[in-house]
Amino acid sequence: MAISPYLGGVGLGCLIVSFLVSLYYNTILTWVLWYLLNSFQHPLPWSACPLDLNRTGLVEECWDSSAVSYFWYRQTLNITADISDSGSVQWQLLVCLAASWAVLYLCVIRGIETTGKAIYFTALFPYLVLTIFLIRGLTLPGATEGLVYLFTPDMQVLRNPRVWLDAATQIFFSLSLAFGGHIAFASYNPPRNNCERDAVAIALVNSMTSLYASIAVFSVLGFKAANDHGRCLDGNILRLINAFDLPDQSISRDDYAAVLARLNTSRPEWAAGLHLDTCRLEDFLEKSAAGTGLAFIVFAEAVLHMPGAPGWAVLFFGMLFTLGLSSMFGNMESVITPLLDLGVMPRGVPKELLTGLACLVCFVSATCFTLQSGSYWLEIFDHYAASLNLILFAFFEVVGVIYVYGMKRFCDDIAWMTGRRPGLYWQVTWKVVSPLLLLTIFVAYISLLASTPPSYKAWNPQYEQFPSRQEKPYPGWVQAICVLLSFLPALSVPAVALVQLLARRRRKQQDVQQDVGPKLQDGGVC
Amino acid sequence: MLAPPLASAWAHPSLELHHCRALKSGKVTPPRSRFTVTHQILWRSSVPIGARKKTRAHVIAPGKSPCSDSAATMRQNNSITQETQEGPRLRKYAWDTNEEYLFKAMVAFSMRKVPNRETTEISHVLLCNVTQRVSFWFVVTDPSKTHTLPAVEIQSAIRMNRNRINNAFFLNDQTLEFLRIPSTLAPPTDPPVPIWIIIFGVIFCIVIVATMLLILSGIQQHRRKNEGPSEMEDTEDKCENTITVENGIPCDPLDMKGGHINDAFMTEDERLTPL
Repeated sequence: MAISPYLGGVGLGCLIVSFLVSLYYNTILTWVLWYLLNSFQHPLPWSACPLDLNRTGLVEECWDSSAVSYFWYRQTLNITADISDSGSVQWQLLVCLAASWAVLYLCVIRGIETTGKAIYFTALFPYLVLTIFLIRGLTLPGATEGLVYLFTPDMQVLRNPRVWLDAATQIFFSLSLAFGGHIAFASYNPPRNNCERDAVAIALVNSMTSLYASIAVFSVLGFKAANDHGRCLDGNILRLINAFDLPDQSISRDDYAAVLARLNTSRPEWAAGLHLDTCRLEDFLEKSAAGTGLAFIVFAEAVLHMPGAPGWAVLFFGMLFTLGLSSMFGNMESVITPLLDLGVMPRGVPKELLTGLACLVCFVSATCFTLQSGSYWLEIFDHYAASLNLILFAFFEVVGVIYVYGMKRFCDDIAWMTGRRPGLYWQVTWKVVSPLLLLTIFVAYISLLASTPPSYKAWNPQYEQFPSRQEKPYPGWVQAICVLLSFLPALSVPAVALVQLLARRRRKQQDVQQDVGPKLQDGGVC
Repeated sequence: MLAPPLASAWAHPSLELHHCRALKSGKVTPPRSRFTVTHQILWRSSVPIGARKKTRAHVIAPGKSPCSDSAATMRQNNSITQETQEGPRLRKYAWDTNEEYLFKAMVAFSMRKVPNRETTEISHVLLCNVTQRVSFWFVVTDPSKTHTLPAVEIQSAIRMNRNRINNAFFLNDQTLEFLRIPSTLAPPTDPPVPIWIIIFGVIFCIVIVATMLLILSGIQQHRRKNEGPSEMEDTEDKCENTITVENGIPCDPLDMKGGHINDAFMTEDERLTPL
């Protein structure tokens, strides 16, 4: 609003986007909390499949997929096979949702006063745990394969422009640009603050942390891949020994390749009849997932194989919880601060009440994610609520500051704050590079969304190729909601601009009418 | 030479029961209707690679021909002299006639627990086709030694006493496999209250208590602030009175009661250049 009243919609849009994001982000925190609470037992509940009714075997769904997947999809989410099938509210998730909102309320209850103290813990603890995991991960067997896989560039993949688009959007969201969180936090700084140093520090620390975390994660993933590869080999060796009645342990893992080659040359039909799995380490390395799959399935399974599994699980999920909590601080700040600035509540109302009401409203709205189909809805929110809107808002912010407010005035303000004018690099990027990049990403994103019909991967035990997830298209009403989510916050920009335009026109008309009226009355006091 | 393997039998270690054919002196009896060639009890000992407990893992190839010789005696087993490959962690499990005797005794014991079969003796249990991998077929004959007992009966008897048979050999369900006898899996230990609820209760209570404390302290601060300004207002009034009395000059610039136009907060129309 201070730059131009017509761009007030950007702030309102940021408020709406932050609200939507905090809804689903806290649901992810709920899942992490659920896993954290379940990590305090030995053996871990996702280590073994439950037994079926006869107690002669394992539950079929678990046997077909894996114990970890079963725990995630069935015992945590109790997921339905289709998004239109909502199912019932999962009470254990609802309870954890209440707990995570309560923890969040505790930390933001007085705004920056309490958040500032909580963030000492929530920001430093993850680094400590990451270091522990890094040391532990590097000493595990198979870690080097994981690291080699991380750092070897694959030229085929890099040639795909979709990869670069994903990288650009990822760094955009990782820096939490256009959420309003940075602006909200920065408003608590003294006016003469070296914001240039802060900006560079944020970008550098963010990238370094990503690199650090990826080294820790990939060393553990390499361990998991090596473990799976070894077990695959063991299964094949057992089959060979069983079939040919060889003495036990006559084939070691290293000898396996030679023995198999010998068998293939001497008796190929028998070797083929055994249905041996092909065990390649690269296949297991490539199986790593992203997002919720990485944390709750892949990493949970990797933690199972480490000695002292419950301790590692507690550390890992505790780290995820504190990481998510500190992100939520930013989100809630960008929701609450605009509400405070807009003066939504009357003056006498204490801040605790406002934050409590905000948390309550968010909690009640987020209960839709605790339904059985909640995970599918979360994916929708994740893909559509934030992405397009944030790029648009960032574009408007850059253009608004540089072109509407004026580059010269902005540079003067910065010189006043930091003591020197921003250099050529900043000016060029603000004026040309950033708006261009943002526009390109926006157009590419829209074209990508428009070209492929949106679909989702459902967990359907009745599917023929179970445990692969079944690809299903979204029904019509869900697609409408996706479009609404993508464009509603962005519509606030033209909406507010229109409102401002109308208001100004009306005020001009009123002024003109007043001028036409008796003019001589303004004699004395102005 | 390697015997031809059968295709799918070992993908999922299934357990098959086979009866040995009846051993009659000098004659091979054709399979009776109660049991066929496919019903043969196969006992096999197998150990996963790298297990702590010794014993070799040997599995007899399914489809191996059941004992067909008519001799009443069993084929003796050679003692197993396999080199361990994993180092001193593993011990060899020497399989000799004494172990065979123990096995026969365990099977006889299991059969004696069945209501009608209390008179089963060790001599009624017959082993055949013992291989170096410690896998063999066995049958249990009835007291008259004329025919063998049906597989189902022996299956259920062994199933009831599986734990004792395992313990007799210091093995477990994985290292001592009876084909076609599914093992009753141990139920997972279920604590009366799920552990996560306990931890959740602890955390939630802490959070609620801390929130209450913060809210209460906030209310206290608010009340203190409310009492503070009212005291301040009294002194300010006194100040104004004294000033007006003393100086006679009204404190116009500091007039709190009236509203004044502050230049810093002009309306935006006049402050900003129109677009």
